[in-house]
Amino acid sequence: MKKRFVNIGPIDRIPLGQGISFLIDGEEIAVFRSRGGEIFAIENRCPHRQGPLSEGIIGGGKVICPLHGHKFDLATGQGGEKHECVRVFKVWKDEDQIFMEWPTAKIKPQEKDCAMVGL
Amino acid sequence: MKKKLVVIGNGMAGARVVEEILSRTPDQFEIVMFGAEPYGNYNRILLSNVLNQTQDPTEVMMNPFSWYKENHITLHLGVKAFKIDRTKKVVLGKPLSPEAVPYLHDEKFATQEEMVVPYDYVIIATGSRPFVPPIEGWGQAGTFLFRTLDDCHSIAQYSQKCHKAVVIGGGLLGLEAARGLLTHQLEVTVVEAAAGLMANQLDQESAQILKRTMEAMGIRVLTSMKTSKIISNENKISALGFSDGTSIETDMVVVSAGIRPITEVAQASGLNVNKGIVCDDQMRTSDFDIFSLGECVEHRGKLYGLVEPIWEQARVLADIVTGVAPQAVYMGSKTGTKLKVMGVELASMGEKDTDRIEDEVLVYRDPNRGIYKKLIVRDNKIHGAILLGDTEFADTLMQLFMREEAVPQNRSELLFGFVSGAALVKASDLPDHAQICNCNGVSKKQIMHAITENNCSSVAAVGGKTKAGKGCGSCRGMIAQLIEDCLGKVSYDASEHYYVTGVPLEKSQLVREIQTRGLKSVSRVFEILAQGKEDADSKAGLASLLKTIWPGEYEDERDARFINDRVHANIQKDGTFSVVPRIYGGVTTPDELMRIAQAAVKYKVKMVKITGGQRIDLLGVKKEVLPLIWKDLGMPSGHAYTKAFRTCKSCVGTDFCRYGVGDSIDLAQAIEYRFQGIESPHKMKLATAGCPRNCSEAYVKDIGAVAIEGGSWEIYIGGAAGSTVRKGDLLCTVKTQEEVLAMIGRFIQYYREHAKYLERTYGFVERIGIDILRNILVKDSLGICNQLDERIAQAVAAYKDPWKEADIPAYSGQFEGPRLIEVLREAENNG
Ligand SMILES: Cc1cc2nc3c(=O)[nH]c(=O)nc-3n(C[C@H](O)[C@H](O)[C@H](O)COP(=O)(O)OP(=O)(O)OC[C@H]3O[C@@H](n4cnc5c(N)ncnc54)[C@H](O)[C@@H]3O)c2cc1C
Ligand code: SF4
Ligand code: FES
Repeated sequence: MKKRFVNIGPIDRIPLGQGISFLIDGEEIAVFRSRGGEIFAIENRCPHRQGPLSEGIIGGGKVICPLHGHKFDLATGQGGEKHECVRVFKVWKDEDQIFMEWPTAKIKPQEKDCAMVGL
Repeated sequence: MKKKLVVIGNGMAGARVVEEILSRTPDQFEIVMFGAEPYGNYNRILLSNVLNQTQDPTEVMMNPFSWYKENHITLHLGVKAFKIDRTKKVVLGKPLSPEAVPYLHDEKFATQEEMVVPYDYVIIATGSRPFVPPIEGWGQAGTFLFRTLDDCHSIAQYSQKCHKAVVIGGGLLGLEAARGLLTHQLEVTVVEAAAGLMANQLDQESAQILKRTMEAMGIRVLTSMKTSKIISNENKISALGFSDGTSIETDMVVVSAGIRPITEVAQASGLNVNKGIVCDDQMRTSDFDIFSLGECVEHRGKLYGLVEPIWEQARVLADIVTGVAPQAVYMGSKTGTKLKVMGVELASMGEKDTDRIEDEVLVYRDPNRGIYKKLIVRDNKIHGAILLGDTEFADTLMQLFMREEAVPQNRSELLFGFVSGAALVKASDLPDHAQICNCNGVSKKQIMHAITENNCSSVAAVGGKTKAGKGCGSCRGMIAQLIEDCLGKVSYDASEHYYVTGVPLEKSQLVREIQTRGLKSVSRVFEILAQGKEDADSKAGLASLLKTIWPGEYEDERDARFINDRVHANIQKDGTFSVVPRIYGGVTTPDELMRIAQAAVKYKVKMVKITGGQRIDLLGVKKEVLPLIWKDLGMPSGHAYTKAFRTCKSCVGTDFCRYGVGDSIDLAQAIEYRFQGIESPHKMKLATAGCPRNCSEAYVKDIGAVAIEGGSWEIYIGGAAGSTVRKGDLLCTVKTQEEVLAMIGRFIQYYREHAKYLERTYGFVERIGIDILRNILVKDSLGICNQLDERIAQAVAAYKDPWKEADIPAYSGQFEGPRLIEVLREAENNG
């Protein structure tokens, strides 16, 4: 199977400890850079009421949605509420550039299943 | 008609017995209380923590003024009762002058006018006063006793000018005082006249070990030394002289050499007084209608200096006076004590020595680790115990001792725990009425209620509900056992007492750690105080606190801020932002209005709304547009997005209104110019009104200033008109605008330093109590007003308009929206 990649640009494009959002193929993706140096990518819209997760505070591997404070694990996408989750994407660093794997199929939020997210 | 009950003494016994009475019959009595101290009842045993700075004075309050109000108790605060006229059946009292020491005999009264309060029953709960041995030079500046909250304040304040301090008395309180003084950066010496420390509780050997432990802590200990005089030089204490002619240098002296019951009222009223006020088994004095309890009482020839017996006395007294259980009797108490000195584990109960050969004496020594355990068993029951260096099983022993239970055959279990596998005392086996927390007198039943009915699943939560475990802390193990038996596991509920969940410290402790370690950024706090564990929920709270502690010096890490504070605008439900420029006092100009209108048109804002705070809100602005619109507006930020000073609303006041008696507009503008951008635990909305008609709703603002006839201003604090509605409490009345600004600044700073994160002023003012706030902020009872004024001035000086970041962003990408990215390349999956 073919895989597609996205070059997100240099790492210092993302302010330390924060996230920024990208528009890829019409999808909004939030990419975070933790103070510990890890990078995470998740879909940007909170399943609760579409809050922009890239504007949330992160820490201890979690992001807090800026609108109503729902929390999501950055590595797995699992939300604090059992039935809530966001899709996660594989990201890595090559030299100082960040790359992300981009699925070939479109994301259909309504078909998402919490248990599947992150796989 | 209700019977009249007068309680003399508003300390731990007085307030407790009233609580017990109310819990039996809430409406039986009309209750009047006399309290010589200017506070509601506080937990005296926690004064050691106040002195060693692990607890804030506000945290030790047990009955805030609201409690008296809710229970319709008339409290005569700062008033000393001096006689009960038993023929006329009235209690006579006089208000003390503010500088009087409430427990001294030669009191100063504010007036000679007498207060006359009729009674059906009287309860005397006057407690005791510190005993001062005859010492030449006693009473001059720099000599202190250790009994009240005011004593703690005076000691802390005076110690700032000192390098050396001596505590006379090596008993429980003396050692706690000495440890407290150590935290004030003093060289501390304890002087004890007897041969060993804590002579009432310890045998010779343990006293020796304790002495070494104290010395290792940095406290010098002198035993078998009798103080004869305080030597001073140019009106300042310079040394302490002993009966053997030697002396040591010191700058201040604290005496803690025992206590004596306060019995004057009883004596003046002709009651039977021996060493204490003599009471029978129903807590009655020699007059049928007059009861007594607490440290002032002598019962079956015994005096008590601990709280535990008070709880028992209070129950019996309440049973009797309400008639609920007329057969109730008090038969005396068995007592044990625990030293509350940080770094020293020491518990003792019963006798320390025995001379009966048939008694079993078990001793375990581990001098290397400073451990000494001694147990005296008589008739198969604990007769006395000393646990030093290791108090793990103290609460178990205490339960066995108090309830006079038979001890296990394998005596070593008593010293080292459950060798046989079964717990010696299972909390679940205790009867419902068994007292678990001796410091606060909380029974097993109350704790179980908190667990099962109020869903408390952590020791802290149970403490929050019942006060159990909040004294010396030795019962916390038992509480945990009860929770575990009930719910299967004990949860650790940090959020309740910690300032933020991610750093395990209460606010006052956290502030101290941050200050002493010089932590100026959120990431440093996690690194040093949370083992490097970052916690998303704690970041914003820490950022706000750090900014308060280090005005101007704080290292601003933007990732610790909520999005609103990163981009200085309020995020809306669709992810756009709202822009509210500052309009000082709600007064604008045609020119400003035009700029606002033009910007709104140019950037196609979705809505222009006049806000409740007399400003204009531009809604639906994209993040990337924020810097552009700010520049076009040319007005400073209104801080409508953050936990900070928001606005000061005003009415038209003297300029135009025919009722106005104060220039509310001028004041509102001055307030906004001074306090704009000051961050706080939660938002603060202010208002000024030109007269009490209150058109600007100043009574229901976090802070409101209302002009009154004569041109003075009344300052109200803690008002609210959101989901909670509350009229503010009058803090004070001042003459000039400058004074209004100074008082407001002082309150804001105190709120910044002492409120919990996200606690609005209404909650804060209610929690601390307006009378206490008035004492602290107006009467300067803690002597901190100057410091508060200084620190708020620093915060004011550190103000920068955040919208200036339109020109120079704080970090790159601050105002960038989503970035468009192309899919780069396709590749074979080789993984
Ligand atoms: C620093 C310190 C640490 C302590 N630690 C412990 C401990 O760890 N464990 C323990 O069990 N005990 C401890 N104690 C002892 C405990 O605090 C007392 O046993 C308890 O407070 C006694 O309660 P009371 O109500 O009898 O007296 P108090 O609490 O002193 O209350 C009496 C009140 O009555 C007022 N009063 C007196 N005369 C009049 C009058 N004529 N009219 C109006 N008001 C009057 C007094 O000003 C006072 O406010 C400690 C005490 C101190 C000072
Ligand atoms: S509060 Fe008084 S001074 Fe102000 S507008 Fe109303 S009536 Fe006039
Ligand atoms: S939209 Fe994210 S918590 Fe409500």
